[in-house]
Amino acid sequence: MPSKLTARLASLVLSLFLIAFALPAFAGPFEDAVAKFANDDFSDTDEAIGAIASSGNKLAFPIISALQDDRLMADPDTKKVYVTGTDGKSIDAATGEPVASVPDSASAVRLNNRLRRSVDAAIGSLTLQSPDLGARLQAAQSVFKSHEETALEPVESALAKETNKSVKAALGDARAAILLFKSDATEVQKLEAVATIKARGDQEALALLSDIGTDQPASVAKAATSAIGSIQNSLAVWSTVQNAWYGLSLGSVLLLAAIGLAITFGVMGVINMAHGEMVMIGAYTTFVVQEVIRTRYPALFDYSLLIAVPLAFLVAGAIGVLIERSIIRFLYGRPLETLLATWGLSLVLQQAVRTMFGPTNREVGNPSWMSGAFELGQITITYNRLWILCFTLAVFVILLAMLRYTALGLEMRAVTQNRRMAASMGIATSRVDALTFGLGSGIAGIAGVALSQIDNVSPNLGQSYIIDSFMVVVFGGVGNLWGTLVGAFTLGIANKFLEPVAGAVLGKIAILVLIILFIQKRPRGLFALKGRAVEA
Amino acid sequence: MTPHMLTRSLDRGAAIFLMIVAACGILIPLSNLLLPAGSALQVPTYLVALWGKYVCYAILALSIDLIWGYCGILSLGHGAFFALGGYAMGMYLMRQIGTRGVYGNPILPDFMVFLNYSKLPWTWYGFDMFWFAALMVLVVPGLLAFCFGWLAFRSRVTGVYLSIITQAMTYALLLAFFRNDFGFGGNNGLTDFKDILGFNVQAEGTRAALFALSCLALIVSFLICRAVVSSKLGKVLIAIRDAESRSRFLGYRVESYKLFVFTLSACMAGVAGALYVPQVGIINPSEFAPGNSIEAVIWVAVGGRGTLVGAALGAIVVNYAKTFFTSGVLAPYWLFMLGAMFILVTLLLPRGIVGTFNAWREQARERRPAATTASAAAEDGITEPKMAE
Repeated sequence: MPSKLTARLASLVLSLFLIAFALPAFAGPFEDAVAKFANDDFSDTDEAIGAIASSGNKLAFPIISALQDDRLMADPDTKKVYVTGTDGKSIDAATGEPVASVPDSASAVRLNNRLRRSVDAAIGSLTLQSPDLGARLQAAQSVFKSHEETALEPVESALAKETNKSVKAALGDARAAILLFKSDATEVQKLEAVATIKARGDQEALALLSDIGTDQPASVAKAATSAIGSIQNSLAVWSTVQNAWYGLSLGSVLLLAAIGLAITFGVMGVINMAHGEMVMIGAYTTFVVQEVIRTRYPALFDYSLLIAVPLAFLVAGAIGVLIERSIIRFLYGRPLETLLATWGLSLVLQQAVRTMFGPTNREVGNPSWMSGAFELGQITITYNRLWILCFTLAVFVILLAMLRYTALGLEMRAVTQNRRMAASMGIATSRVDALTFGLGSGIAGIAGVALSQIDNVSPNLGQSYIIDSFMVVVFGGVGNLWGTLVGAFTLGIANKFLEPVAGAVLGKIAILVLIILFIQKRPRGLFALKGRAVEA
Repeated sequence: MTPHMLTRSLDRGAAIFLMIVAACGILIPLSNLLLPAGSALQVPTYLVALWGKYVCYAILALSIDLIWGYCGILSLGHGAFFALGGYAMGMYLMRQIGTRGVYGNPILPDFMVFLNYSKLPWTWYGFDMFWFAALMVLVVPGLLAFCFGWLAFRSRVTGVYLSIITQAMTYALLLAFFRNDFGFGGNNGLTDFKDILGFNVQAEGTRAALFALSCLALIVSFLICRAVVSSKLGKVLIAIRDAESRSRFLGYRVESYKLFVFTLSACMAGVAGALYVPQVGIINPSEFAPGNSIEAVIWVAVGGRGTLVGAALGAIVVNYAKTFFTSGVLAPYWLFMLGAMFILVTLLLPRGIVGTFNAWREQARERRPAATTASAAAEDGITEPKMAE
């Protein structure tokens, strides 16, 4: 008897204990779900994520996002779960009450890849109604990618409330994606979904449609196939546009590098192999300007390039005039010797920069207005490339205007066309030569400022552009800036269109061979100077 | 009168040059092989290989001088012909490795096994035979030069334009040979050679023999160049160099002359490359780098453009200086030196060492009393018929 009584008592006490401990767990479905995190079991965690995401509790978002960042701590002994904030303060996940500290026995809730997807989907549906526009848009897009059936309800309720046009469209896409993959959706719904996704028309839409599987009704499968075809067509058009843009961008870089060469080569017939080094000097000028700004006036960083452009022009231009006065003027009429001497000069300049700044790449930063990108249809355009294109065209126009409307421009053109006649008319040809060479070098320096934004600033920077620049000038025709413009953009675009077909290296080889063959056909380039100047 | 005296003094220079090269070609290998190691007069094996490299460069310089010094064609892509000759020889040496490679494949060289080639590419057929490889050493650079020259000279691409497109040519080849799927070893190139004609490439005897052969090749190349430039053909070449349009108007087929000399020069460069590879033990795409070709041109400029002897001498002097400077504490200054050499030689010494020396001797002779001049003139009378041949 007593033994029976003690047993009963014991069981009573035990059940009381159990109730006391289990009480929070049975307090409600939300608290119940939260406690599941403490089980350290992947399937329990999955259930918990689903339950919390659909609970509508205001703690749902902090919990799931903490889970994503490994900030959700669970104590397996007490079955308590805590959210550690990014600021170091913690709250009890079930109640939202702040806690002084998370016990040492608690550890971060573990995730596997499958759970990470559930977390992403949960976050997606939770943020669908976030007050932040960007967050809503992102959430809609992440639902589109994950297309979890559970997200259908939140998406639809968000869709009903949404007022922003682009978020609404994204939500519509997300709904269509979910319906397309929902096994019990009607055929009509699925067909509508295919049409919606087809209208979206990007790479993700294509991936989604190619992924729908074989258990779809025949009409849906057919519609999907035709949608895939039409998306592929539109993507092909966009990829052409993209290649053209890359080509323009490469062309602008080539033009920038070659335009100074076109002046020295065109006006003076001087092959300046050290031209690339002038570009390099411009890039290093930018580096020095940014260093000074970083250490002294950090607030001016966004203006660093504006300061560097005139400085690079002056530095490279001054070095150019110096080179012309000390070396090149003794070599007029001996173009091949000029080529060798300037090659030697390029070695000296490279080694000098290597000695001063070290052989490694130096870091040149992008100002804020040059970083980032924007979307145009299906292609992404980075601001630095766009700015370089604009900058190149501006330099080109300024140079063209200078040649056309200034006295120096007039003299330069006269010397290009007929040096002896120009000299007879009283033009100081040697002064024009020095200024022309300085101008060409200065523009190379400006090119260096722009190229420092997209290329490594190292002593070898110039070398990588010299052969390309010569190709542009020779292809475009000497003594004609328009030829250089057309040459640079033609080569840039041709290169980028060959790249996807033949690969980057083979494309480049093909371009080189084509230029070699082209020179056979038109030895003086695309826009050759006509008249007696040719034979000089 | 003046050109004859110049020719005669050159003749004497040429004879001295040939004798020195022949003496080196015989004595250096003998001293290396016969004298005991460590003896004061013994030339160590590493020096034999190093000097062998210089001799190959001298042949390359000769080939450049032939077209630049005598025909005014400045090729900035002659390194390409040199490298192609080298690759032809390298391919023969690769196929001689046979089963001794890391993967032990009897047919495929190691890099092909590594890159999962199932069979030998057709470009490699025949390179197991020495005669075929030797033929290709001449044919491949020669053919490329012929096609390139045929296109370029016929459409009258001259001067700097030609220089730039030759540079583009070697640059394109550089990019092509860097590709792994081009089938020539990618950026590692061809190396790890075992033997040549059954002799171990590393052996002292083989190295000495290769050195002697390089000297022989230098002598033969020199004699060929000499024969070309002192023949009637050579006179036309010089005429083309000095006034291309005028020569054309006089009825000479300028492009044929240029094409001939350009192709010949490319073949010589190919031979230089072929001798270079077994002595250096590697050939890789960096030999195609445009910088190498330009550097070879400066050897010619330093030695003296249009003097043949000067070209060979320039190659040896500049490369000796390069070895000297780049192996010591002065290494960071080598590029300054080389760059300054380019600038100073073109500015101050446009005729190069030998050219300046010749001009100086000529001046000294003109200042001598009339009697000596008369006897010199008599001697000229004797040499003149020989010139006309």
